[in-house]
Amino acid sequence: MLRESPPVVARSPLGHARPGFRGRIDAIHTAGNGSGLPADELERRLIELGFVEGASVEILHEGIIGRDPIAVRVDNATVALRRREAMAILVV
Amino acid sequence: MADCCSEALTGEAGPAPAGLGSCNAALVGTPNSGKTSLFNALTGSRQKVANYPGVTVERIAGVVHTPAGHCIRLIDLPGTYSLRARSPDEEITRDVVLGKLASETAPDFLVCVADSTNLRLALRLALELKRAGRPMMLVLNMHDIARRRGMEIDAAKLSEMLGVPVVTAVSVRKGGIADVLVELDRLAPQGGAGESTWRTPSAAELRADQRRADDIIRAAVKTPPAPDTLTSRLDRVLLHPVAGLAILFAVLFVMFQAVFTWARPLMVLIQGGFDWLGASTHAMLPAGLLQSFIENGVIGGVGSVVVFLPQILILFLFILLLEDLGYMARAAFLMDKIMGGAGLHGRAFIPLLSSFACAIPGIMSTRVIDNKRDRLTTILVAPLMTCSARIPVYTLIIAAFIPDTAVWGLFSLQGLVMFGLYGAGILSALGVSAAAKFVFWRNEPSPPFMLELPDYKLPRLKSVGLGLVTRAKAFLYRAGTTIFAMMMMVWLLASFPRPPAGATGPAIDYSLAAMVGKLIHPLLAPVGFNWQISVALIPGMAAREVAVAALGTVYSIAGGSDAASAIGSRLAGQWSLATALAFLAWYIFAPQCASTLAVIRRETGSWKWMWVTFGYMLALAYIAAFAAYHIAVALGAG
Repeated sequence: MLRESPPVVARSPLGHARPGFRGRIDAIHTAGNGSGLPADELERRLIELGFVEGASVEILHEGIIGRDPIAVRVDNATVALRRREAMAILVV
Repeated sequence: MADCCSEALTGEAGPAPAGLGSCNAALVGTPNSGKTSLFNALTGSRQKVANYPGVTVERIAGVVHTPAGHCIRLIDLPGTYSLRARSPDEEITRDVVLGKLASETAPDFLVCVADSTNLRLALRLALELKRAGRPMMLVLNMHDIARRRGMEIDAAKLSEMLGVPVVTAVSVRKGGIADVLVELDRLAPQGGAGESTWRTPSAAELRADQRRADDIIRAAVKTPPAPDTLTSRLDRVLLHPVAGLAILFAVLFVMFQAVFTWARPLMVLIQGGFDWLGASTHAMLPAGLLQSFIENGVIGGVGSVVVFLPQILILFLFILLLEDLGYMARAAFLMDKIMGGAGLHGRAFIPLLSSFACAIPGIMSTRVIDNKRDRLTTILVAPLMTCSARIPVYTLIIAAFIPDTAVWGLFSLQGLVMFGLYGAGILSALGVSAAAKFVFWRNEPSPPFMLELPDYKLPRLKSVGLGLVTRAKAFLYRAGTTIFAMMMMVWLLASFPRPPAGATGPAIDYSLAAMVGKLIHPLLAPVGFNWQISVALIPGMAAREVAVAALGTVYSIAGGSDAASAIGSRLAGQWSLATALAFLAWYIFAPQCASTLAVIRRETGSWKWMWVTFGYMLALAYIAAFAAYHIAVALGAG
C-alpha cells in the first residue's frame, strides 16, 4: 500500500516553548536525551512529577541565562526543570 | 495511659508495648504536603529526633494519644514522590513502609498525607503505597485553603475509588485534626499487614497509576478554572529573570546586614552580663590559680562564645522564614543556571544557604540531592560558606581594626567588610566547584534539575519559634560541652607549667601553649601570624569560634590582666593591620573544624573526601593569608 500517514499534528518539544505557551502533552520521548540519565529513568522521573500524556502544560517563567530553567504549570502544580530535560516532553 | 508508650520513642526494634491498644504507624507523603505540620499537630511535644543507625537520616518519632485511648507510635518519614528510593532519605521511607528496616518495627498501618490543593502526585503515591499491603488512610491536609479557592473535594467518592478511608484536615488550626484522630481509632485495633505486592514500578506502571489518579480526581474533585492567583501574581515578580534575582540578592543583603546590626544591642547586653560575672568572681576569690581559672578559663571562655547567640538566631530566623514561605525552591530556580556554570546544582542552593548557619546541617541536607556527583560537589564546597562560627572571629577583628565610618552615608564600612568576606567565601566556593567539575567529572553531562515549586504559605510563628528554640539549645549545648572542654584545655596549656620563681616575663611565656605555638610558628610566620595566633588555631580545630576565646585566654593571661572582654583593643595594640587581614583571609577558608570533617566522612562514607576537603581548604587558607599579608605589607600596613 502507499504511505498512509497518520493525521499530522504539529507537536514540538516543550524545551523550545516560550513563556505564555499553553498546550497539552502528546508524548514523552526520552530516547537519546541529553540529561545523562538512561531514557527509562528520565521517563519515570518526569511521570513522577506529573508529566503524562494528556496533562495540560503552561510555561510560566524562565531563567535569565539562556532562558533556562523553566517553570511549568502541569495541571495544577508548578514544576521547575531545565530545557534540556523538557526536550523529552512533546506537546501540541 | 500516661506511660503506655513510655518506651515508644526509643526506636528499639520489637513488638509494640503490651498496653491498652498500642501500635505503630508511619506518616508518608510527597514533599510540601504539610506532613510535618500534621505530625506536630498529632504528637505535640511528645516527639524525639534521632538518627537511623549507620546513616545520617533523621528519625523523627512521636506518640499520639487518641480519644478512645489508643496509643500510637508515629514515625514521620522523609517526603518522597515514589517508593523507588533515589536518595538515602527515600531509601529509609521505602524500607520502613515495606517493613524491611531492621532497626525499625514494621508499621501496623500507614498514614498518607496529601496537599488538598495539589492532589495529582499524592494520589499516584497513594496508589503505589497501597501495594505495600498495609492498612492505610489518606489525609487531605490544608483542606481550608482548597475550600477557599473554591475546590470541592468529595471525600466519600475519593475513598470509594481509592479503596482506603479518606479524611480532611487543617493541621495548623486547633481542632483541625479531629477527623484524623477518629479514623486513627478505627484503624489502630485492626493491624495486620497483608501481602505486599510492591515492586519497583516501570514507566508504564507509573503512567497507568497517574492516569488512574487523574481519573479519580476528575470524578471526585471540582476545581475552579482559575486556581491560586496570589502565588502566580507573586511569582510574576519573584521569578522575573531580572527583578527576581535583584530581590533575591536584596534579601540576602538585608539578611547579612541584620545579622550584623540587629544583634548588637543584645550582644552588648550579654557581654555586659559576663563582664559583671567575671568582675564579681574576681572580687570574691583570692588572687591566684583558682581566680584565674574561674574568671579567664570558665567565664571568659564560655562568655566569649555565648555572646554570638543573637547573631546565630537572626540568621536561622531568616532561613526558617524563607523555607516556610516556600521561597527557598524559588531561590533554587533563580540560581540554578548561575550555579550551574560553576558545576553546582540548583538544589545545592538550600544546603549552601544553610551552611551560612553551620556547615553540618548544610552537609546533612545535601541528602535531598539525588545525584551522587552533585551531592559530592556540594559537600566539598559547603564548608566555604561563611558559617556562624566564623562570625565571632570576623566581628572581633573587624571591630578592632576596621574604622566604624559610613560609606556613601548609607552603609557602615564594617558591614561592607563583613559582606566582602561572605562574598569571598561564595566566590571561592564557585571556583572550587568549577575546579572539581573539571578534575573529577570532566566528561559527564550534568544531571537534571527538577523541582516542584510549592504555593506560597504564610510561615507559622509557632513552628518558626520551635525551630529557633531547637537551634539555640544546640548552640548553647555546644558552648557548654565541646567549647567549654576546649577552653579548659587552652587554659591548662596556657597556665602550666608555672613560671619559675623570679621569672621576669609574662607567665604564659613559660607555658606549654607557648612551646606548641612556637613549635608550629615557623610554618605560619610567612603568613604574618605570631605564636599567639598559632596557639589559638589549635583549639580552633574543635570549633572555629573557640579561636576567639583562646586568643582572649592567651592574651589576658600573658598580660596578667583581668579584662578578658577587652580582647579586641588588646589585639589592636599588638597586631599589625597586615596580620589582622591575613587572619581574616585565613578564616575565609579555615579548614579547622573537626565536626565538619567528621560529618563529611560520615555522609560520603569515605576518608578520601574528608582529606580532599581538609587539604584543599588548608592550602587555600595558607595561600590567601600569605597573599593578604604580603599585599598589605607592600601597601604599608605592616
